[in-house]
Amino acid sequence: MKLRRPELFPNLAKIQAEHSVMFRAQTQERYRHIAIAAAMLVALLLGYGFLGFTPLRFINGLVRFGAILARMMPPSPGSWEHFWLYMDALAQTLGLALIGVFGSALIALPLALLAARNVTGSQILHIILRRLFDMIRTIDRFIWALIFVRAVGLGPFAGALALLVSNIGTLGKVFSETIEATDQKPVEGVLSSGGTGTTALRFGIIPQAIPVITGQLLYYFESDTRSATIIGIVGAGGIGLTLYEEIRTLEWTHVAFLLIMIVITVALIDILSAYLRRTLARG
Amino acid sequence: MTNSPLQTLPDAQLAPMQRAYAEAQAAKNLRLAAMFIAFVIALVLSADVTELNPVKLWERRGELLDYFNHLAHLENGAWVISDPVEWFWNLKGWSLLLLETIVMSYVGTLTGAAVAFVLCFVASTNITQNPLTRAAARRAMEILRTVPDLVFALIFVEAFGLGPMAGVLALALHTSGALGKQFFELVENIDPKPMDGILASGGSKLHAIRFAVLPQIIAGLASYTVLRFEINVREASVLGYVGAGGIGFKLLEAIRKFYYSDISAILVMLMLTVFAIEISMSYARAKFLPEPGTTR
Repeated sequence: MKLRRPELFPNLAKIQAEHSVMFRAQTQERYRHIAIAAAMLVALLLGYGFLGFTPLRFINGLVRFGAILARMMPPSPGSWEHFWLYMDALAQTLGLALIGVFGSALIALPLALLAARNVTGSQILHIILRRLFDMIRTIDRFIWALIFVRAVGLGPFAGALALLVSNIGTLGKVFSETIEATDQKPVEGVLSSGGTGTTALRFGIIPQAIPVITGQLLYYFESDTRSATIIGIVGAGGIGLTLYEEIRTLEWTHVAFLLIMIVITVALIDILSAYLRRTLARG
Repeated sequence: MTNSPLQTLPDAQLAPMQRAYAEAQAAKNLRLAAMFIAFVIALVLSADVTELNPVKLWERRGELLDYFNHLAHLENGAWVISDPVEWFWNLKGWSLLLLETIVMSYVGTLTGAAVAFVLCFVASTNITQNPLTRAAARRAMEILRTVPDLVFALIFVEAFGLGPMAGVLALALHTSGALGKQFFELVENIDPKPMDGILASGGSKLHAIRFAVLPQIIAGLASYTVLRFEINVREASVLGYVGAGGIGFKLLEAIRKFYYSDISAILVMLMLTVFAIEISMSYARAKFLPEPGTTR
């Protein structure tokens, strides 16, 4: 038995003739999409060329990368002495992330309150502080770390300062957006029943903002653990310095071990912060 | 309370309820206090291992301020703004490196997005039936996401040699993990009905992806990719530090050799570039794309 495709529109030609505009519009939009995709693809290929990609270099690199992966097996710290050194560096990394996020939250929160239009009502403060946050944010924290290492010397102190400063930009922006997104009605309620501006802030805005801000803090703690692993590369403390040295000296089994430590730590923090978020949400 | 017009329960009935409420409140406060104390202890410990203390900061304030003061002055001691030509003496060279940085992030983002596009279907419950395959794809994306691109770059510089190629591959790998997660969440949250329709009428899985899944997620994919591009421009600006191409190399050199006005000039150019990209991209997103997460 042969299945036949049912004729859905026996008079398709007539429909097309009557509604030619609709059919043309479809094709036009399709052509536009194809053109955009083609332009992006061409730009991509030109980009590869501009950056000096050649198939030969790529294949050679892959072969060498394969050799490196082979030399990473089996991952091991070498000796117990090394292992405890790594653990120490890891603890420092976590410390950096914790200080970086929660320490800077202490500075960012008051600034965010000042930057929020529904708290101060000042457009000028809002613009100045927001621009300040943006300027801090555009500079990667790695660059901040470089600068602080030059300014205050090698060590975790420079790293902590770098994370503190760069987080003021990020957290300040996020917090002030959160505060501005709160519902205005509780504030009106407090004010209309005789409350002052401060009580309106305390009972109208803060209770709405705190749960959101806590969630954001936990999220940034996760992402900062990742940043804290790399700022060590410039000598600003944490596991990055150890990692950098092991890569420099081509101790690949140690490198693999360190990478596994980092992945496991970040995964654990992921789980912990998901748990804390759930607990806090339940109140 | 006694002459209130509101009706209240008699004391005998009210007392146990008030007690229960007070107990519940006390338990909640205790839990919060415990968390707060644990948090403070963690913070103090962290301050200890990171050698961060306010006294030291106060003692070093001179060095810090000095450094930033230096950044604002030219070699001859004049303010940088007094002689912009001298300040931006290497405008052409730096612009070229900035262009390289942007191209690196463009190429890295698109390459990573292409990998993520394939991985996201493998990781989605509604496309891939085999739980082992799914788990493998998800773990792979997790690892790619967790390892910072700078670390990938360090390793790739050993394998692919110095230059932007190592940087692009590092960006692409990290991006494929980060975007892969966001992409597969989009795929998992689609409306299943169009897909059921295609599969029920004899379409293959590829048909289902093309005609049922893709139309629902394409806007989200584009939005996330554009956001990632913005992030990658910033990330690419530091890859030069490990020799993986871009402006970072010059910036590092200036910082290492204390060319103060060069540092500030490069930072200003970098800031303007990032601003320009953020503004144009958020314009593009607002004009052409809905918010990520919303499906059409």
